[in-house]
Amino acid sequence: MAVTAGQKLDAPALRADFAVFEELLKGKPLAYLDSAASTQKPRQVLDAMREFYEHSYANVHRGVYRLAERATEGYEGAREKVRAFVNASSTREIVFTRGATEALNLVAYGWGLDNLGPGDLVVVTELEHHSNFVPWQYIAQRQGASFRHIPIDDNGELRLDALERIAGEGRVKVVANNLVSNSLGTINPVEQLAAWAHEQGAIMVVDAAQAAPHRPIDVQALGCDFLAFSSHKLCGPTGSGALWGRRELLEQMSPFNLGGEMIRSVALDRTSWNELPYKFEAGTPAIAEAYGFGIALDYVSAVGLEAIEAHERELTVYALGRLAELPWVQTYGPPAERRAGIVSFNVEGIHPHDVAQVLDWEGVAVRAGHHCTQPLMARLGVSATTRASFYLYTILDDVDRLVDGLHKVRKSFS
Amino acid sequence: MSGEFESLYREVILDHYKSPRSHGLLEPRDAFAEGQNPLCGDEIAMSLTLDGDTVADVGFEGRGCAISQAATSMLTEMIRGRSVHELAAMPKEELLEEIGIPLTPVRLKCAILGLGVLKVALHKAKGTPLPEEWTGGDDLTIS
Repeated sequence: MAVTAGQKLDAPALRADFAVFEELLKGKPLAYLDSAASTQKPRQVLDAMREFYEHSYANVHRGVYRLAERATEGYEGAREKVRAFVNASSTREIVFTRGATEALNLVAYGWGLDNLGPGDLVVVTELEHHSNFVPWQYIAQRQGASFRHIPIDDNGELRLDALERIAGEGRVKVVANNLVSNSLGTINPVEQLAAWAHEQGAIMVVDAAQAAPHRPIDVQALGCDFLAFSSHKLCGPTGSGALWGRRELLEQMSPFNLGGEMIRSVALDRTSWNELPYKFEAGTPAIAEAYGFGIALDYVSAVGLEAIEAHERELTVYALGRLAELPWVQTYGPPAERRAGIVSFNVEGIHPHDVAQVLDWEGVAVRAGHHCTQPLMARLGVSATTRASFYLYTILDDVDRLVDGLHKVRKSFS
Repeated sequence: MSGEFESLYREVILDHYKSPRSHGLLEPRDAFAEGQNPLCGDEIAMSLTLDGDTVADVGFEGRGCAISQAATSMLTEMIRGRSVHELAAMPKEELLEEIGIPLTPVRLKCAILGLGVLKVALHKAKGTPLPEEWTGGDDLTIS
């Protein structure tokens, strides 16, 4: 590790932790600009997981032997790391899931099926990732509740002036929003929305998949009721993520998946549930992945979330400035000071897939598509965008190579 | 320009992309279908006129990536005067050979969207067989 907390982040030094940057693709190093989809993994995480599998692995919780105890310590130690990372008050409020999507489904099913009905409103936003949109749309329809969205303005920022109208249309019971938009990078006013949700008697559900890797998270300061995020977007393994929920809400909720660890006792005619958080962790969990998730949290915390945020701001300002030099490129989203390290754009007259294909030959990896935000694409009036996204290992040279690549794209199709 | 560019976006593909053949929907028409590739937002609508069981004319409109639009344009040049039964049985390899470029699985879906739309249009108009690979289980949405 090349950086200590509080200092400016040294991305070129951090790159030494990621083997993929040592490889050359046809003589060119990788310019990886797709961290919003998933991040690369540092050696520290991979080594720790291998060590865990080789020397501390067994199934967790009920083992009497020492190896199972070590595995349980590793798994539960990761839970404590997640708790500290989001400043939750207790590890009982931290549920391990397969990722943010499963965590959001857990809330939609576990809370929504028992608490939503006709006359109730479920409110999402036009910026939502499908993972915090579709579960609510589905559960609202199943329960006969109404489904509303908070619209965005042309900058891709929420129009809070719509809240009053929405509140007049029924009983608001759920407000669901991402803290950072995965498509545009918009940083949303979640504290404000949470306060409004609570005035309405609603719960506030935050998708932090795109925020937690890039800025400090404090669930108590946000004032929300649930918050979900994924390991793989912050240098950890896939298949692991976490849900934080307010204890009193989690206590009231029905379980989501049934079987295995989530059970206290089973008789032929009835079953009682385990205590929190195990009530929501059915079956053998992704043990080593949760452990690796914890190591990844150590890694990004040691780099420093403030330092990561500042580094990405610098990259975003630079990228928006460089793209503004190209009159044939249109960018989407708010100004740099109100967005995270994500830049979505289109090249005039050229489909994003063709853009991404040509960039790939230049060793520049970007994402092209709807980014699991089809309502947002419809609002922008496009079928897809090309998206460049940054992380702690991104350097200014990556952005320069993107811009050079776009000149090649333009020339190739002219 | 790199060799990769030349191999994927070879001159003939770019030509069809920039100047699509058979562009514009026919009216009146005997057969019609449209399709989308939701993964990348490619869209194709195709109309045909028939002379008995033979394709007399074809026209299409669409938007999307160079591969999807060029492949459909090339397809329209391959089907006039051919019987609907022959086209319903036409393997995708015949079109891919005409396109003549290596395609990754993601781009393959772009390339065959227009062919799927053609098969659905003929199926709706003439009841020709429509193997499952063209209707379900894939990422394409055609109706």
